[in-house]
Amino acid sequence: MKQKISFRLPITIIAAFFVMLTAAGSAQAELLIRITEGADSAIPVSVVPFAENGSMPVGDKLSSIVQADLAMSGEFRPLPPEKMLSLPSKRSDVYFRDWRLLGQRYVLVGELTRTGDRVEARYELFDVNREERILGETAGAPASNIRSLAHHVSDKVYEAITGAPGAFSTKLAYVTLERENGKSRYRLQVSDIDGKRAGIRLESKEPILSPAWSPDGRKLAYVSFETGKPAIFVHELSSGQRTKVADFPGLNSAPAWSQDGQSLLMTLSKDGNAEIYQMNLQSRKVTKLSNHWAIDTEAAWDSAGKGIFFTSDRSGGPQIYYMAKPGAEPRRITFGSRYNARPRPDNTGKYVYYVHQRDRAFTIARTNLETDEETVLTRTESDESPSVSPNGRMLIYATKQSGESVLTVISADGGAAYSLPASEGDVRDPAWGPIVR
Amino acid sequence: MKLSVQAKVVALLFSAGLFAGCSTTGENMDDGAYGSDVQPIDQDGGSTVYGGGDQGGISSSSMTEDERMEIEKQAEQAALRDITTFYFDFDTSEIKPEARDVLMAHARYLSSNPGQKVRLEGHGDERGSKEYNLALGERRANAVQRFLIVNGASRGQMETVSYGEEKPAVMGSTESAWAQNRRVELVFE
Repeated sequence: MKQKISFRLPITIIAAFFVMLTAAGSAQAELLIRITEGADSAIPVSVVPFAENGSMPVGDKLSSIVQADLAMSGEFRPLPPEKMLSLPSKRSDVYFRDWRLLGQRYVLVGELTRTGDRVEARYELFDVNREERILGETAGAPASNIRSLAHHVSDKVYEAITGAPGAFSTKLAYVTLERENGKSRYRLQVSDIDGKRAGIRLESKEPILSPAWSPDGRKLAYVSFETGKPAIFVHELSSGQRTKVADFPGLNSAPAWSQDGQSLLMTLSKDGNAEIYQMNLQSRKVTKLSNHWAIDTEAAWDSAGKGIFFTSDRSGGPQIYYMAKPGAEPRRITFGSRYNARPRPDNTGKYVYYVHQRDRAFTIARTNLETDEETVLTRTESDESPSVSPNGRMLIYATKQSGESVLTVISADGGAAYSLPASEGDVRDPAWGPIVR
Repeated sequence: MKLSVQAKVVALLFSAGLFAGCSTTGENMDDGAYGSDVQPIDQDGGSTVYGGGDQGGISSSSMTEDERMEIEKQAEQAALRDITTFYFDFDTSEIKPEARDVLMAHARYLSSNPGQKVRLEGHGDERGSKEYNLALGERRANAVQRFLIVNGASRGQMETVSYGEEKPAVMGSTESAWAQNRRVELVFE
């Protein structure tokens, strides 16, 4: 197995590392240079503040939200509006020479029109070098929902430039934990991927973990200890209706949806030790898919919905395995270190992401399934719960900063990205929701 | 006799990495966690253990050597049973050799008190993956359960639950904290 180690750090932790690197000497100082290179590869794009016809709701401007979206993907480097030479809102006002002078590859212009309770956006995206319009669209939303409209524009711009669908309109589920006076308060929350518009869906004194999105984005499956032991619930988000689907003796954990939304993979230990089962959600019938005295857990379907990745410690410590179809003889995927767990394949079928122990640190790594090449993506020390965006371009995971759990988003190749601010207490167990058409 | 019990307790503490944590990291122990995990050996001893000796009419000379040894043995057993938390190394569910005497004492107690129930709560440290740690916590609880069954307790007296890394005994990301969090707790009802 080849093991390529490349480190690229989220921007947010560079400062902390700089202190460490200075102390550690020059050997690791190169890492910082690579980070800078990574950031330089981001595509320069200008999101020109949109012209406004009529009064707009207070709060963030649509173009500011689009700019922030593109920046947080790690793939774009938006030009701050104060550096722009002009602020065009339609094609006839776009002087390509000016934008070339500013080193820009793409320019987004547009205008917003308020009509009653609705806002309509007309926008155009230009390729500066080719002096061509590559996107032109109008889209509308209730004035109270300008944020959704902005994320929609971001998705369109992202797709026009990269060819991959944007994931800015998708949602995150995660669990927050506050501890005070010896009491814990777990909250299952859903927010936009920039952490905005967070809403509490469930609150409990006992642990909530492992939220998993149904493929249609309407339901979450998760583990809750509210009955004193782990049980798996399915929670319909629109109605708040909850169903306890698995409450067998022992473990009921690690739920993962099938692509048709009809069944859940889960870990049960009702027959003595942790094995992977598939539950038909209609009949509630469970079928055992793994059979080994070791721990088998953390199952997830591959991108084709045919094979299953999972964690097993049958070799002595946790490693990633793959069964080509349910119940097939597993094949070991990871060999690079003694601890690899919690596999999450991307939508392309090319990569699987997981928790990877490197020396004493627990990082996030990925393996290229075509070449078996392993790449360590993070250099923080207590990383866990990786979850890949539905377009395969970004990754969210939980890590620690100053003793608190935070969520960090990086581009899927490890490039710089952002941390989600923790409101209060710990934030953990992120799950990136699907693209809902 | 009593000294040897204390020696065992001290050995157990060492095995948990409690003292080791202090010496290597220079950090102070969390008193709260220390107190809840490990009771001072003499705390209950005065009343429960030596109560028999205070009964007025019975002079010590009337006790046979065997009786005296039996009382001392019971005292030792009761003292051992004050320890209800058992520690594990990273990513293992192996019961440490120094935990065996204490677990034997619990097994004997459960065996001679069939109505007594106990809940075995398995835990892991924060490192690694949550769901894997949940399974590991269960395996630790199961290992303790098996040990107790083999030594006389019955399955019906016990239930196991794993909290994985969700309920640390000690907060923090130090070797000492991790060592105290990789544990199985016996909770008697």
